[in-house]
Amino acid sequence: MTETSAPVLRPAAARARRRVPAPPRWLRKASGPVLLLALWQLASAAGVLAPDVLPSPWAMAGTFGDLIGDGSLGEAMVSSLRRVALGLAIGGALGLLLALAAGLSRLGEDLVDAPMQMLRTLPWAGMIPLFIIWFGIDEQPKIALVAFAVAFPLYLNVYAGIRNVDTTLVEAARTLGLGRPAMVRHVILPGAAAGTLVGLRYALGSAWLALVFAEQVNAQSGIGYLITHAREVYRTDIVVVALVVYAFLGLGADVLVRLLERTLLSWRPAFSGT
Amino acid sequence: MATGLQRHLTTAPPAVGPDARTAAPPAARVRGLVRRFGERAVIDHLDLELAHGEFVALLGASGCGKSTLLRVLAGLDPEVEGEAEVAERRAVAFQAPRLMPWKRVWRNVVLGLPGRADRAVADRALAEVGLGHRADAWPKDLSGGEAQRVSLARALVRRPDLLLLDEPFGALDALTRLKAQHLVIDLWRLHRPAVLFVTHDVDEALLLADRALLMADGGIADEVRVGLPRPREVTDPEFGRLRSRLLGGLGVAVPGAADAGPPAP
Repeated sequence: MTETSAPVLRPAAARARRRVPAPPRWLRKASGPVLLLALWQLASAAGVLAPDVLPSPWAMAGTFGDLIGDGSLGEAMVSSLRRVALGLAIGGALGLLLALAAGLSRLGEDLVDAPMQMLRTLPWAGMIPLFIIWFGIDEQPKIALVAFAVAFPLYLNVYAGIRNVDTTLVEAARTLGLGRPAMVRHVILPGAAAGTLVGLRYALGSAWLALVFAEQVNAQSGIGYLITHAREVYRTDIVVVALVVYAFLGLGADVLVRLLERTLLSWRPAFSGT
Repeated sequence: MATGLQRHLTTAPPAVGPDARTAAPPAARVRGLVRRFGERAVIDHLDLELAHGEFVALLGASGCGKSTLLRVLAGLDPEVEGEAEVAERRAVAFQAPRLMPWKRVWRNVVLGLPGRADRAVADRALAEVGLGHRADAWPKDLSGGEAQRVSLARALVRRPDLLLLDEPFGALDALTRLKAQHLVIDLWRLHRPAVLFVTHDVDEALLLADRALLMADGGIADEVRVGLPRPREVTDPEFGRLRSRLLGGLGVAVPGAADAGPPAP
């Protein structure tokens, strides 16, 4: 005798637990860093952290205020940003042009790609002595270093972006009667846009790093100069403030690229940078 | 080795009556076409002629070379021997819609047309496929069926004398596919291009085409004239007979096919 038992029905999902209203997400996320700062401040106040090792957050806020007040931070940021901007413009233009030449023509590829692949293996930070010999110790070697660091990531990503454009789309465009210039404009360049922006992001990252390296060398101005000078007079607080400023400038650049992505790549289905 | 001459026939303006149609030059003429991939000749001395305004379905098992033939006719494959002449004004719709994802729908439709991108032209073409309201959408926001209809509009806006369709509904669900088939027939009646419709669906071929060609071993193995009046019904006994014959040619045994009698010429 087989006894078929009636099925027991249960709710498909466990009922959500009734919870006390949770604090908003941003508040919970912010509480980690705030807690860290509080501990740091406490350790400094208790004397565990000596001020010449790491000054308290409060003291550094004061230093930050002073540096802004006497204009030295603003001045330093202007010279540093100028170096990055110039280096980015020169290196970016170079990387972009070479990538277009290599990506859009076989001749360009044969001429440009091999040397670029060889040069990119050179560690740019190691180029400083060479740049000093070539360009002296003024602004030029610093801008050159930034330009050098920027050109390669941009070149590689734009070139790859052009070469990875969906061939089925290129084919479709050919059946639509697009000639070479129209193909480049309507299919290849838009198709390479995502890669270009990735390259720009890497390039900006390298640019800041190159700036930090370059400004260690006999800088008479800029954030790096601020750090070198502060080290000589044992002002740990200024060193740390300058480092934080570097970090925020890098972050700002990243936000800028993301903004660009959001406007330029809004057509992308996989776009998730909300 | 690539001796393929891809000359363009100049075709007369769309003809209306059957008399005018026979008088117009063919939309495509292929003689002794050979396309090799390495040693293997995927297309082996194939002959084909598409009359002006004729709807031809090209059937075949996968890998038989039907898509290769379509690519040759589309001008995408120059590595051929033999002769292939096609109407200068031709357009293609592929199995995947292949819309430029970075262009809004209406700009996709008029891409490649001479002159400035003309919104009014795009709107008219989109209205014909029932998508006038989607002109400003991004391709990513279209359903599969909508994207395929945009692809059709993009092909037809060029007023082609020869429309090449490569399994355009292969990726659509059955219901959407049925609607798309009706749409294609309506559009064909409206514009009267010659159509080469590549498919592996025998029913689809018989519902749509004037003539169904069966491709095998790199050539045309069988040819069926579908004399049935449109709209056609799969329940029509003649439809069933043609169906059995084509399925037999594709190597699919059909139960009861013996009752249908030997294939009539």
